[in-house]
Amino acid sequence: MNSNIFVIIISSAIFYGTPLFYAALGGILTERSGVLNLGVEGTMLIGGVSGAWACLHIGGSAWFTVTMSILVGALAGGLVSTLLAFLCITLKTNQTVAGLAITIFAGAVGLSSYFANIWKVAKTPVPRPIRTMDVFGLADTPVLGPILFRQTSLTYVSWLLAIVATVYLFRTRVGLQLRAVGESPQTADAMGISVIRYRYIHTILGGALAGIGGVFYSLAIVPTWVDGMTKGAGWIAIALVIFGFWRPSLTLLGAYLFGALQSLSSTLKARGVDISGDILDALPFIMTIVVLVLVSSRFAHRRLGAPAALGVPYEREER
Amino acid sequence: MRSPIRLERRLEQPKWLNWAVPLISLVVALVLGAIVLWLTGKNPIDVYQRIFERGFAGKKAFSGALEMATPLAFTGLCAAVAFRMGLINIGGEGQFYVGAIGAAWVGIAIGSAPTGITIALMCLAGMVFGSIYAAIVGLLRAKFNTNEIITSLMMNYLAGILLNYLIFNSTSYWRNPDSPQFPKSKDIAARADWNTYKIFGVEMPIAFLISMLAGVALWFLYKRTRFGFEVSVIADSPKAARYAGIRTSSTIVIVLALSGALAGLGGAADVGNFRGLLDAKGLQMAGYGYTGIVVAALARRNPITTIFVAIFIGGLTKAGYSLQGPDFPSGLVGTLQGLILFTAVAGEILIKYRLRTNVSRAAAVAA
Repeated sequence: MNSNIFVIIISSAIFYGTPLFYAALGGILTERSGVLNLGVEGTMLIGGVSGAWACLHIGGSAWFTVTMSILVGALAGGLVSTLLAFLCITLKTNQTVAGLAITIFAGAVGLSSYFANIWKVAKTPVPRPIRTMDVFGLADTPVLGPILFRQTSLTYVSWLLAIVATVYLFRTRVGLQLRAVGESPQTADAMGISVIRYRYIHTILGGALAGIGGVFYSLAIVPTWVDGMTKGAGWIAIALVIFGFWRPSLTLLGAYLFGALQSLSSTLKARGVDISGDILDALPFIMTIVVLVLVSSRFAHRRLGAPAALGVPYEREER
Repeated sequence: MRSPIRLERRLEQPKWLNWAVPLISLVVALVLGAIVLWLTGKNPIDVYQRIFERGFAGKKAFSGALEMATPLAFTGLCAAVAFRMGLINIGGEGQFYVGAIGAAWVGIAIGSAPTGITIALMCLAGMVFGSIYAAIVGLLRAKFNTNEIITSLMMNYLAGILLNYLIFNSTSYWRNPDSPQFPKSKDIAARADWNTYKIFGVEMPIAFLISMLAGVALWFLYKRTRFGFEVSVIADSPKAARYAGIRTSSTIVIVLALSGALAGLGGAADVGNFRGLLDAKGLQMAGYGYTGIVVAALARRNPITTIFVAIFIGGLTKAGYSLQGPDFPSGLVGTLQGLILFTAVAGEILIKYRLRTNVSRAAAVAA
């Protein structure tokens, strides 16, 4: 029953979708404050390489090492996006170019690869990977077992985060103020909300979540650092934010859909299904384009909840 | 909370800033790079000296810089042409691959033809393939308002998968049937046509001359023609362009097609002038398209400056390749390029704004 192909596809969709969700959730928080972060790919890679470094150097129990690695990855991601925040919020540079600069600087042939070289983490399997757990001993339950009870700790945390983020955005005062900053910074400023502070905090938080997404690649999916191992996941996450209409719940579903597409090629190959791997590899990228086309008409964009001030630097009226 | 520094919009932008700021950006990037090197336990002066020796000093090094500059000049022009209209085409990478595929197809098909014809036909094929591939992005943007950044990037991955398919995972027209063990493409028989000239002992590939011509032609197009004027109006104010009756949608498609044609031309040069075959793996390792964005940003979108910046970044990249080893890790040059892009972006601010400290303002008010 549990080796049924659909059960495997769904459970691996959740596994592969988890890092996409972390990065996309970070994107939601950042974009809700009105900052567009196109540096997600680079941020994930820096998070991933830092997490792998931490895993190789921090001793102690498996649980402790993995937790520290995740935190180090989050910290590294947060640091990288502090740079983005400085460029976009304080210096008011063009946000698309600044994000692109982050990805080129930190990306596959940039700083993440440099760190991997000098820290010697490349091609060394991490000693304590993030493994799937057996929750309540229910992992072998037919159908639901592999899907719900045999996932990684980070997956369960991400479900919690999806709920927390939804409540935060739509049910708390701070969340309301955050959305005000993204919709109309002038109004928010007039209400006495610090636009700068909200944007900085949520950009850094978003980067930290992207960093965790990167750690999932180097500690769970492969579990070895490989240069450029996210292979475009950061960009797919950016599209997922739009696909999920800037809402955590829908984004979670979207992440699993793309997780399914990403894992399909290895799942089917393992099953001996004769289908061109290239076409399957191309699917996530084609789907991203299709999804973007579907939701990107100006009308749809506004109706679906794009923050009105997204990508626009905030300037107080000049005197 | 008041920050000590304020940005104040410049009412007029002095001309000298246009060249001074990129130079300062470059110096700041090298200083930041030195800090990264120093923090990670390398001697920055030593590293920079070796980059300079391998990348620029002497005829041999400079020939290498020009060779590496050629693809970067094309991808730099590709990015610059789109930037000029406010479009961000980061699909230069994929358009470069597709152009290479088209040029290799023609190159393999014609075998040997009279001198000149091979080059012309291969260049044409590269341009056509690259421009069609980029025009898809343009059409989606013009018709559905789809963000060109993400679509063009996704198409880079798709082009990479197509390359792998053609060379590694199929028996396509491009694949060499004589080499089943080590998959590679067929050779371009007429590659001798693609000359390299020796000028004062420096080897100048013909493709580099073509890129210089392209740079001048683009400068003319943007500065001296009606089309160029319309593009700059759209870039400055899409609303004004609409009121003036400029067809924004078709201009978007044309500009992206032009941008893709330049990257495709670079792909043709890669196949014809340098590798002599369609090198699926080598193309994807090089990342010319992404580096082209750095070139265009540092050149501040000026097509002629782009050529010079390409030589500089080309020398840097070439040095990075030839020095790669245990005490010169890969990723170093990419990091430096990223830093240059950062400072170039931040430098734009100094052209638009003036830095004012609140202290001096308080003094001014007091006086």
